[in-house]
Amino acid sequence: MLITLTNINKLFNQGKHDEFHAIRDISLQIEAGKVTCLKGSSGSGKTTLLSMIGCLSRPTSGRVTLEDEILSGLPERFLTDIRRHTFGFIFQKFNLIQGLSVLENVMLPAYPLGLNHKELKSSAQKLISHFGLDRVLHNPVEWLSGGESQRVAICRALINDPRILIADEPTANLDSWLSQEFMGLIDELRQSGKTILITSHDPVVFDSPIVDRIVEMQDGQVVQN
Amino acid sequence: MRNSSLFLLFLVAGLLFILMTVMDAVSQQDMARESLKRRATLVSELGLSDLALSTEARYTRHLSLADRHSAFQDHPTSFDHFPSGSIFLPPLHLAND
Amino acid sequence: MIEFIRKQAYLVDFTLSSLLRRKGKNFGLLFVYTLIVFMLASVMLFTHSLKKEAGIILQQSPEIIVQRLVAGRHALIPADYIEKMGRLRGVTSKKARLWGYFYNPVVKANYTVMAPDHLVLTTTEVIIGAGIARTIGLDIGDYFTLRANNDTFSFQVKDILDKHSELVSTDLVLISQKAFRVITGIPEGQFTDIVLSVRNPREVRKVAEKLVQKLPDVRPVLREEILRTYDSIFSWRQGIVFVLLVGALMAFVIFAWDKAPGLSAEEKREIGILKAIGWESGDILRMKFWEGIIISLSAFMLGYLAAYLHVFYSSAVLFEPVLKGWATLYPQFRLVPFIDGLQIATLFFFTIFPYVVATIIPIWKASVTDPDAIMR
Repeated sequence: MLITLTNINKLFNQGKHDEFHAIRDISLQIEAGKVTCLKGSSGSGKTTLLSMIGCLSRPTSGRVTLEDEILSGLPERFLTDIRRHTFGFIFQKFNLIQGLSVLENVMLPAYPLGLNHKELKSSAQKLISHFGLDRVLHNPVEWLSGGESQRVAICRALINDPRILIADEPTANLDSWLSQEFMGLIDELRQSGKTILITSHDPVVFDSPIVDRIVEMQDGQVVQN
Repeated sequence: MRNSSLFLLFLVAGLLFILMTVMDAVSQQDMARESLKRRATLVSELGLSDLALSTEARYTRHLSLADRHSAFQDHPTSFDHFPSGSIFLPPLHLAND
Repeated sequence: MIEFIRKQAYLVDFTLSSLLRRKGKNFGLLFVYTLIVFMLASVMLFTHSLKKEAGIILQQSPEIIVQRLVAGRHALIPADYIEKMGRLRGVTSKKARLWGYFYNPVVKANYTVMAPDHLVLTTTEVIIGAGIARTIGLDIGDYFTLRANNDTFSFQVKDILDKHSELVSTDLVLISQKAFRVITGIPEGQFTDIVLSVRNPREVRKVAEKLVQKLPDVRPVLREEILRTYDSIFSWRQGIVFVLLVGALMAFVIFAWDKAPGLSAEEKREIGILKAIGWESGDILRMKFWEGIIISLSAFMLGYLAAYLHVFYSSAVLFEPVLKGWATLYPQFRLVPFIDGLQIATLFFFTIFPYVVATIIPIWKASVTDPDAIMR
């Protein structure tokens, strides 16, 4: 098992009058090399769960294990380090940095690693051309179309060569044709051995034959696995 | 060219120029020795006591010879109406005693 | 080590790219900051060099100048005061001087007219300062007129004082004693002041004390007082330096005030993105540190270099109107560049340090926000 969640709970605003129990006692295992889809309506807690898997936030109680390493108790420095090398993120709104070029946006996650500049640049360029973005390499990202932005976001997620790719509602801002295309890219990544986790309530995603496993969530709980 | 290389270049150029100002200052001090001597000779020959930076008022033209009242010209409460009067400190020996 | 340097280079890459996104704002900021450094550095370089130069050349001023005061004003001193002084131990010579001011309403210029006794001048000869020659366009052999007592007195320019000495002599008019008395109407036996030479500098103070005891209506001005006056001529507490400092401080307060309320939503979002894609809080603080360094260091270097050129290669042209005031005569002089390392280091510190701190502080809180904020 690549990732194991044991009795995960997440409370927001704990102890205050607007306390909110976002995740209730979830235990889940995610296998390596598979595409797993967290399905559910908005507010079902899938994004929160995803962010805890990706070490972007910590569970209030419970344990997150990556292979044999318990992540939930590690200090931020270590978490960041693990996150950089293990996870690549694709966000719903792409979250590219406006004003910077495509190339710079793709290279950004590798900056704190202090790699050789030539090598980093050439691997970024390789990724970018692989995803057919050569033409816009030096364009600022706000000039790009939705589909192109999505592909830049994928490149950025892959620049540190992570084992696990996490995508939060990746097709929410794409039309169905582009969504199909996105699933094609996901398939390609799965074949190259990446583990992929997607949250979505888009049938193009969860009805896709590429998805190996669907976990359906509702009100912070897993209702169907 | 990378941004950081450009910045480094700018930094090095700036430091170089700053270093050049120091070298320039030293060489100019060297070259000025003669003219400083000439100025000093003129001062000693004529018994000059001040720099001729401001010629508008006698208490700023001959700052060190000013007396306590010269800034007020003709009346103890009149305003100092020369701009240079607001720039120079009065002579210290007047301020101190 | 190499990794550390590479990492900083990447941070600088990012910082510069992100600064260049708002070219207008950031270049404006840099320009204003450079201007402040330029002004302060100009004042520092100018006043320090001027002080140094005054200290060197005024070392040759008379040891003691004796003035007579009447009703608080500098008055003429009778020649017999020299006898009245009697023998003063250590005084090697006593010399009565004639000098005064002269206003020329045509060119609206104030001259300092002197009648030195070591120069041989006929009653119709004059030696003028280079500033006067330049302002009214006179050359050797031309005629120079002084109008007084409803009379016009013409002198032939015998010589023009060395133009390298304008800093002390730009407005000087040297004529014979006889001519001086005719023009000013100062009667024989009266002088402007008396100059004493004292051989041993340690005796000067004692001589001055004795002098005041013997002649209570005189005021001795000592060379050390002249030197001290010029050493503190532009004190930080007063005048132009103070005005500039207050201006600089105000500008800085405005910077800080602009930044203090915190970050814009966009900036916060960007920090969130950076954290989500794997930057640590420390990386974000380091990036902001570089932002502060880039702006403030550039401002320091550009401001200082511009100030150096301004003060020593354009004769501090911006200070001219300030020092000139309402006068029309102003010396043309090239200051000898004396640089005070400590002063420049102080300026360096006060340019860089507060700015960097002001850049980092507001980011502090934002940099420790949860990286998942961007997903919510």
